[in-house]
Parts: sequence; C-alpha cells; structure tokens
Amino acid sequence: MSEVLVLIDALEGKVTKPSLELLTIARRIGEPSAVVFGAADTGVLAEYGAEKIYTFDDAAYSEYLVAPKADGVTQLVKEKSPAAVLVPSTTEGKEVAARVALRTESGLITDAVDVTVDGGTITTTQSVFAGNFTVAAQVTKGTPIIAVKPNSAAPEQASGAGAVEAVSAEVAEVSKTAKITSNKPKETSGRPELTEAAIVVSGGRGTGGDFSDVEALADALGAAVGASRAAVDSGWYPHTFQVGQTGKTVSPQLYIANGISGAIQHRAGMQTSKTIVAVNKDDEAPIFELVDFGVVGDLKQVLPQATEEIKKRKG
Amino acid sequence: MTKIVVAVKYVPDATADRTFEADNTVDRENVDGLLSELDEYAVEQALQVVEAGEGEVTVLTVGPADAADAVRKALQMGADSGVHVEDDAIAGSDAFATSLVLAKAIEKLEYDMVFFGMASTDGSMGVVPTLVAERLGLPAVTYASEVTVEGDTVKIRRDSDAATQEIEASGKVVVSVTDQTGEARYPSFKGIMAAKKKPVEEWTLADLGIDASEVGLDNAWTKVESYTPRPPRTAGEIITDEGDGGVKLVEFLASKKFV
Ligand SMILES: Cc1cc2nc3c(=O)[nH]c(=O)nc-3n(C[C@H](O)[C@H](O)[C@H](O)COP(=O)(O)OP(=O)(O)OC[C@H]3O[C@@H](n4cnc5c(N)ncnc54)[C@H](O)[C@@H]3O)c2cc1C
Ligand SMILES: Nc1ncnc2c1ncn2[C@@H]1O[C@H](COP(=O)(O)O)[C@@H](O)[C@H]1O
Repeated sequence: MSEVLVLIDALEGKVTKPSLELLTIARRIGEPSAVVFGAADTGVLAEYGAEKIYTFDDAAYSEYLVAPKADGVTQLVKEKSPAAVLVPSTTEGKEVAARVALRTESGLITDAVDVTVDGGTITTTQSVFAGNFTVAAQVTKGTPIIAVKPNSAAPEQASGAGAVEAVSAEVAEVSKTAKITSNKPKETSGRPELTEAAIVVSGGRGTGGDFSDVEALADALGAAVGASRAAVDSGWYPHTFQVGQTGKTVSPQLYIANGISGAIQHRAGMQTSKTIVAVNKDDEAPIFELVDFGVVGDLKQVLPQATEEIKKRKG
Repeated sequence: MTKIVVAVKYVPDATADRTFEADNTVDRENVDGLLSELDEYAVEQALQVVEAGEGEVTVLTVGPADAADAVRKALQMGADSGVHVEDDAIAGSDAFATSLVLAKAIEKLEYDMVFFGMASTDGSMGVVPTLVAERLGLPAVTYASEVTVEGDTVKIRRDSDAATQEIEASGKVVVSVTDQTGEARYPSFKGIMAAKKKPVEEWTLADLGIDASEVGLDNAWTKVESYTPRPPRTAGEIITDEGDGGVKLVEFLASKKFV
C-alpha cells in the first residue's frame, strides 16, 4: 500500500478535528503519513491511523507565511511519491497545496466535501455555485493534491504505527520574504465550533445589533452561533462567525436563520444543512424558499419565547 | 510613484442561474457576467494606495471577449489603464494555466505590486494569487483584511480562526485582499465618462510567448467528470406568529427530535 501524505493542523499541539477527518479519508487511499510542522500530539495521530509521522522543526515555519511549509511538503512528495496529498481546505492549507502542486506538476482540487476511491482512481465531490450543484472531479496529472473541507468524514480511530521521523528541508530564500511580525491567537467562544456543530443558530441585520436573543436560543439548544455578512459588517459579531461565500460553510443537522433575508451569498454557506428553520418578519424573504419550517414574525418576540419553551420542556 | 497591477476576473453573475456547458466547464455564454465583486475590493485597495501618494493602477484580465466589461468597470472606478488577454486557446484553463498567463502578462508590464481578490466567485479556489507569486518568485501576502503600504513595504492584517496575524513584505509583492478591507466605490458619472478614453491593450498568447499546449481545457491538470443539480427542497411549513410562534417553533423542533 502506498503512502498518503496528510498535512496536519494543530493548535498549540492539539490536533484539530478536521485533521483527524483527513487521516480517516486517507485510509481509503493508502497508508496515512501525517506531516507536522511544529508541535502536535503524535499519540492522537497514531490513534487515528497515522503509520508514519514526519515532523519538521524550523523557526521559519512560524516566522514566515506559508511558503516554507510548501518547501517541506514538496520535498516529501518528491522523495516518497505518495498516492495522494490531503490538506485541510483552509486558506493556509490551500496555499501550501497550490505551491506544492505547481512545483510537482500535479493537479489540485480544493474544497472537496467527499473523496472516494474506485480501483485506484480517486474521485472528489465539491459543492459549487452556492451549493446549487455538486461536481465530481479527478486529478489527471501528477500526484492528486486535495484540499478537504471540515466535516467531510467522521473521524474513525484505527491504530497506526505512528512512527515519528524527524525530517528537515531547506527553506528557500524566496520563501522567507513574507514575514509574520505579529501573531495573536484568538479566544474561543466556549460554544461548539461553528463548522462542527450539529445545530447552528444565526442572526442577521434583523437582530438590529442585539445578538442576545440569538445567543440565548443557541445556548438552550447547545448550538453554535453564526452571523450574516450584514451583521458582521455592522460590527455586531466577529467575522469568524460569518456564514456564507466569504465566511464559513456549515452543513449542520439544524440551521436556524433569524433576521436573515437569504441572499445567494449567505445560502452558499448553509443550504446543504439537513433541516432549515427561519424566523423573519417579511413573508417574502427568500430564506423561506429553503425552509422546512418558517415563522413570519418578529425575532424579538419569537426567539425568547422559543428559548423559554425549550427550558420548560427540559425541566 | 507606485505602479500597481490588479488582476480581475469576469465571472457569471452569482444571482443568475449559473450552470455548465456540455464539456463540464462553467457556462460563460448564457449567463450574464460581471467584474467579480470580490475583485472590486482589490481595485479599491489599489486605488486607495495610489491616491495616498503617487501612482498608477493597471487592471489585467484573462478571459473571453465579454471580459472587457470587467476591465471597463475597473476603469470607471478609477483605474488608469487596462490589459485584456484573450485567446480561444485559453478557454477551459485551470488555475495553473490561468496563473501562467497572468504571470507572463505581469512580467510584460512595469509594476511594483500586484493586487488580487481573495478568490473568484465562480471557481473560488483562492489559489491564483499564490500561484502567480510562485511563478514570479515574489513574496505573497494573501487574504488581507487590512492593507497598508509604506514606501515599498506592504503590511497586512490576516485573520484566521486561530489567530490574527500581521505580515509584511518589501520590494515587488503579490497581495490578495478579502471583502473585509472595506466597501468598494461605485463608479461616478465622471468616472464613467473618463473610462471611455482610457487605454486598453489586447494581448493574445503569442504576445506573451505562451504555447497553446500549455493552456486550455485539454491541458488542465484536473477534470470534472460530472455535475449534479442539488435536489430541490420540498416546500416547508410556514406559519405567521400570532403570539405563539416561539412555542410552535419548538413543537417543530421537538417533532424532529432536536429538543
Ligand atoms: C462577493 C460577496 C460575498 C458575500 N459573502 C457573504 C457571506 O459570506 N455571508 C453573508 O451572509 N452574506 C454575504 N454577502 C452579502 C449578501 O449578499 C447579503 O447582503 C447579506 O447576506 C444580507 O444579510 P442579512 O440577511 O442579515 O441582511 P438583509 O438582507 O438586510 O436582511 C435582513 C432581514 O431581516 C428581516 N428582519 C428585520 N427585522 C426583523 C425582526 N425584528 N425580526 C425578524 N426579521 C427581521 C428582514 O425582513 C430581512 O429579511 C456577500 C455579498 C457579496 C457581493
Ligand atoms: N482569468 C482571470 N483573470 C484575471 N484575474 C484572475 C483570473 N482568474 C483569477 N484571477 C485573480 O485571482 C484571484 C483568485 O482567483 P481563484 O484562485 O480562481 O479563486 C481572483 O480574485 C482574481 O484577482
């Protein structure tokens, strides 16, 4: 079985859930080899099936943007001739992937939501045109390099050998030109991760700037909070929580849109949700075209009542 | 004097019914197109940089005849000149081929910086800026939510889920900007009139010394096997709040076992 390189994302050493999803997907193709820049919990990587773990350690990875990591991955691709390279479909993951693909003359697929293997042929699924179509695609040149979105698979444990191999790669001078002069980690909200949550409750311009009703309903349901770009642009909620074309794509079991009209760019980030509910005072709001259940009404009345009712039922 | 090239893409309108051609490429004929809204942010930032000092903005597009509209819109916003690379052989190109054409065209121009949108609104890979930087051997400061230029140094703020970073690079630099950089201006009447006299160059692959075998659908490094429309959603139940909308909502949630 051939190797599959998996670029691992870790926050202060803690391996992210999407990275574990990548290891799970990699096993459909071959033997996963985790690729780690800096620190990551190697035990977890082995528990989720990593046979090998390549670790790179160089100050350049945290001092310069992206390019030094591409130098490392390129070297591994050339040395190991893997069956595929999987990366998280984040801005950084996609940029590493693009550089590696160009240098190794390999095709690149971004934002895959599924990866299947049939007789050695790897086929990806992507959701395009604001989620209105799914597309099946294949890499036809070089090593398939695939950037995979979060939640594309359920992480499955599988004991891998987890053999750690420290590797070093030369960092090219040109890779040391975009200097990171400051790096401030973000605080977490304490709520579930937006892209991983089973339920997302979001608010738009219709909140008038007060997200407390949205947050209260979210907390009653154990949900993550999302926002439309109008709400983010108004400074009502941080950009990290924006759902849509230029924010996050979410596909939860339940999405509740409050005071959101349902513009195509917002739909792009949520219309593959399993169940969709909306509260909007305009009965002609396009969001109602998508819903399984809709309430035409003022969210300032409807949401607190719903939150109360949930608490009552929970006892 | 800062010379900025802004790469802009002509894309199918996202609010129209976008679809595909028989060869599985994006239908660019039957759907109205426009300057990608995400590239307007790049034009805006470039204009702000030259307005703060001295300079010139050249917009560059690679695309079919209609893509001239995207150039015109950017000129109306205030860019000084345009370059339109058009060649039948380019149709169906992937990000790698597009980045090759852009890189060769940029090399032919005089420039200090190259600005891009964060992603195209059709393909939306968000990799072309990085690929162009890679091809030109330039630093790439990408996904900027804020851009400041001091002399020949570009400083950006880059927001990810994990962190807020500040990044800087000097000399010739590739920059890509997000829609967090601030609203793009609308063309003024004066801008619209002035645009008519602004120079637009038209180049083909031959002008750039690129062989047809390096670009186009047949030479793409990936292929789309098939596309499937999303199944239509079955119409849901819509109620009007008569004082019990919140309770009814929870009853629905309970029926689906969410509560
Ligand atoms: C290139 C590009 C990218 C974009 N990316 C995104 C993106 O990622 N995400 C995104 O969301 N948008 C995005 N947009 C913006 C998008 O087009 C819309 O402008 C935006 O989604 C509108 O947000 P909204 O629905 O909150 O506001 P509006 O469209 O103003 O809708 C507000 C809604 O609230 C309702 N309302 C008002 N008061 C109440 C009340 N008291 N109770 C109940 N309902 C009420 C109104 O009836 C209305 O339907 C993008 C646009 C462009 C051009
Ligand atoms: N055909 C093109 N012509 C000019 N610029 C382009 C073209 N394609 C992509 N770009 C630029 O590259 C950015 C990212 O595109 P993409 O990687 O396709 O998402 C866009 O926002 C544009 O600035």
